[in-house]
Amino acid sequence: MTTQRAFFVRLRKYYLLFTGGFAAFLVALAMLEQEGMPRVWIGYLFMFATIILYATIGVISRTSNVTEYYVAGRRVPAVFNGMATAADWISAASFISLAGGLYLNGFDGLAFIMGWTGGYCLVALLIAPYLRKFGQYTIPDFLAARYASGADGRGALVRVLAVGATIIVSFTYVVAQIYAVGLIASRFTGVDFSVGIFLGLASILVCSFLGGMRAITWTQVAQYIIIVVAFLIPAMWLSVKHADNPVPQIAYGKVLPQLSAREHRLEQDPKEQEVRDIYAQRARNYQAGIDGLPASWEQGRQAAQKQLDKLRQRNASLFDIRNAERYLLAYPKSPDEARTLWENALAVNLKRAEPITPHAQPFPAPDRAQSDIKRNNFLALVFCMMLGTAALPHILMRSYTTPSVHETRVSVFWTLFFILLIYLTIPALAVLVKYDIYSALVGTQYAQLPTWVSYWANVDKLSPLISIVDVNRDGIVQLAEIVIDPDVLVLATPEIAGLPYVISGLVAAGGLAAALSTADGLLLAISNALSHDIYYKVVDPTASTQKRVTISKLLLLAVAFIAAYAASQKPADILSLVGIAFSLAASTLFPALVLGVFWRRANHYGAVAGMLAGFGVCLYYMLHASPLLGGGPAGQWFHIAPIAAGIFGVPAGLLANLIVSCITPPPARRCVGLVDYIRTPE
Amino acid sequence: MDKSLERSALLARRAAHWRATRRLTAILLLVWLLTGFLTVFYARELLHLNLFGWPLPFYMAAQGASLIYLAIIGLYAWRMRRLDQAFRDAIQEQQA
Repeated sequence: MTTQRAFFVRLRKYYLLFTGGFAAFLVALAMLEQEGMPRVWIGYLFMFATIILYATIGVISRTSNVTEYYVAGRRVPAVFNGMATAADWISAASFISLAGGLYLNGFDGLAFIMGWTGGYCLVALLIAPYLRKFGQYTIPDFLAARYASGADGRGALVRVLAVGATIIVSFTYVVAQIYAVGLIASRFTGVDFSVGIFLGLASILVCSFLGGMRAITWTQVAQYIIIVVAFLIPAMWLSVKHADNPVPQIAYGKVLPQLSAREHRLEQDPKEQEVRDIYAQRARNYQAGIDGLPASWEQGRQAAQKQLDKLRQRNASLFDIRNAERYLLAYPKSPDEARTLWENALAVNLKRAEPITPHAQPFPAPDRAQSDIKRNNFLALVFCMMLGTAALPHILMRSYTTPSVHETRVSVFWTLFFILLIYLTIPALAVLVKYDIYSALVGTQYAQLPTWVSYWANVDKLSPLISIVDVNRDGIVQLAEIVIDPDVLVLATPEIAGLPYVISGLVAAGGLAAALSTADGLLLAISNALSHDIYYKVVDPTASTQKRVTISKLLLLAVAFIAAYAASQKPADILSLVGIAFSLAASTLFPALVLGVFWRRANHYGAVAGMLAGFGVCLYYMLHASPLLGGGPAGQWFHIAPIAAGIFGVPAGLLANLIVSCITPPPARRCVGLVDYIRTPE
Repeated sequence: MDKSLERSALLARRAAHWRATRRLTAILLLVWLLTGFLTVFYARELLHLNLFGWPLPFYMAAQGASLIYLAIIGLYAWRMRRLDQAFRDAIQEQQA
C-alpha cells in the first residue's frame, strides 16, 4: 500500500511538472508570435515538440517484460488509468468532428454525447470489474476461458472469433484515426497528406513499439493533459466574450435563448428567404433536367457551348469566358453521369433551401411521422453507441491495468469524469460558435470578410471546408450563403474567437494528441490479439516470454503500416467509419461478454452462435441499407439508418446465445467455477 | 464435518454477496435506462419546460444524462466497496 502511495505521489509530481512545462512552452510561443515569428513555424514547433515528447516518454518506458508490455504491470493508479482511458477514448471524431456535428444538427447530434457517456455505465456495472478479477491480458482471453470446450478445454474457436471481431472493429477505427492525423498534420504544417500520415505513424510506433501498454499509458496521460487544455482554452474565451462567464458549460444556458431569438429573426428576414428561394429554383431546374433525361443532357450541352461561343464573339470579360469554359469542361460526359451528378446537386440545393431549424428543437421534420422516425433513429443510435462503447477491446483492455478490482471500478468513474470535462464542453462550444457566426459573420459586407474565412476556404481547394458565396448578389453575407464543413469548426474556433495563432496551433496539437492516443491503444489491441491470442495461445503455447513480446512488436509494426496504407487511400468520412466499428463491436462481443458474467448456463455453443449471428445480422444490415456499401434506403428496416445496425445485431446475438445454450449440454465445471470466481470479491 | 460446514457457510456468504451485487446492478441499470429513454422519447413533449435557461430535454441530452451516468458509476463503486468489505469481514470473523 505504501509503495503504491509513493508511486502515486511520484506520478503526480511528474505530471504537474509536465503541465507546468507545457504552460511555459505556450507562453514562450505566444511571446515569439508577438515578436513576429511566422505562422508556419508555430505549426512546425507544435507538431514536432509534441511528437518528440511522446517519443521520449515511449523511450523512457521501454520494456520487454510480458506483464509490463501487455498490462503496464497492473499498477496504474485509478486516477491515472482514468486519464489514460479518457485519452484512449477521445478520438479524432470526438475532438474534431463532434462539435461541428452539433453545430449542424442541433439536438439530433446529441445522440453521440448521450451514447458515448452512457456506455461507461455498462462498462462499470457489467464488464470491467469482472475482467479485472479474471486478471489475464486480453478480451479474447476472457471469452476463451469462460467458453472453453472440448477435450483440451482451450476454447480455441471462441478465441479465434473474438480475435476476428477485435481486429475488424479496431482496424476500421484505427484507419479513421490515422486519416485524421494526416489531415491535421497536412493542414497545419503544409506537408503532404501522406507525409503527415507517416510522421504521425512514426510517433505512434516509437511509443507503443518500445514499451507496449506501459509506454502508451504514460503517453496517454500526457496526451490527455494536452487535449483538455487545447479544448478548454478557446471555449472559455468564447464563453467570456458572449456571456461574461469563464465556465462554458454553465454560461451557454444564457446564450442559448439569445441564439434562439437570433434564429427566429433570421428566419423572418426577407433577404434570407430570397437566398433560399434561389436554391429552391436551382433544385427545380435540376429536377426538370433529371426528368427530361437523356434529351435534357444534349440540350444542356449545346446551350453551354452556345453560351461560350456567344461570349467569345461578344468579346466578353476574360473572367466570364473562363467560367463558361470551366462549366463546359465540368459538364457531365454522358446522360448516366448527368443523372448521378444532378441528383446530388438536387439534394444539396434542396437541403440549402430548407428553413432554419432551431438549435434546441428535437427531431425537426415536416410532419409527426417523419419526426417519429428521427426519434427512433436517435434512440437506436444511442443504444448502439452505448453497447459499442462497452464492447470496444481497446477500452476494456484497460480494466486489466489497475492494482485491484476496486481500483478498476474507481478508474471507470475517473474515466467518465475526464471524458465529461470535454464532452460537457462540446455542446457549449457548438452553441457559442453558432451564436458568434449567426450574430457576427451574418450581415457583414463581403468586402470585409474576416481573414479566417479566406484562410480556411483555401486550405483544401477541391472540397472547401468553408464557402461563402454571394448568391443573391446584395454584397451582404446571409446565413443561407454559408456552408461549413463540420470538421473545420473546432480547428477554426480560435480564429473565430479572435485568439492569437498560438492557440490555433495548440488546438491542432490537441487534435493530433486525440487521434494519436486512440490509435496507440487500438494498434496495441490488434497486435496483442494477434501475438498473444493467436500466436501464443493457439499456434505455439511453448513460446518463451521474450519471443512473445518480440512477435508482438513485429506484428504491431506490420499492422501499423497496413493501417497507414489504408488511410492514405482516403476512405469515406471519419464519423461513418467509426459508427460502423461501434455497431459491429456491440453485436459481436457485447452479448458474449455480459452473458458470460451474468448467466452461468451460457456455454461454448451459445457463444459461438451468438457471435456469428450478431456479426452476421449487423453486417447484412449494413450491406443492405448503406449506400456507401452498395445497398440503399429501400433496404432499411423500420427506417433505421445503417449506422445503427447494432440495434438488430445485438438482439440477434443475445437470442442466438440464449437459445443455443439452452438446447446444448451445460458448460463444463471449470467454466462454472470461473464464473463463481470472478463474481467473488477479492 | 466441521470442514464441510465451514465450506457451506462460505458458499452461502458468496451467494448473498452476489445477490446483493445483482440487486444493486439491476437498480442502477434501471436508472440508466430510464434516464436515456425518457429524455429522448418525451423530448418533444417536454420542450416547453425550462431549466436554468435551457429547454429541459436539451439540457438532459447535453449534460444532465451524462452527469447522472457519472453519479451511477460513482454510487456503484462506493456501494460495491462496502459490500466487498462486509464480505471480507464476515469471512475473517468466521475464520477467527
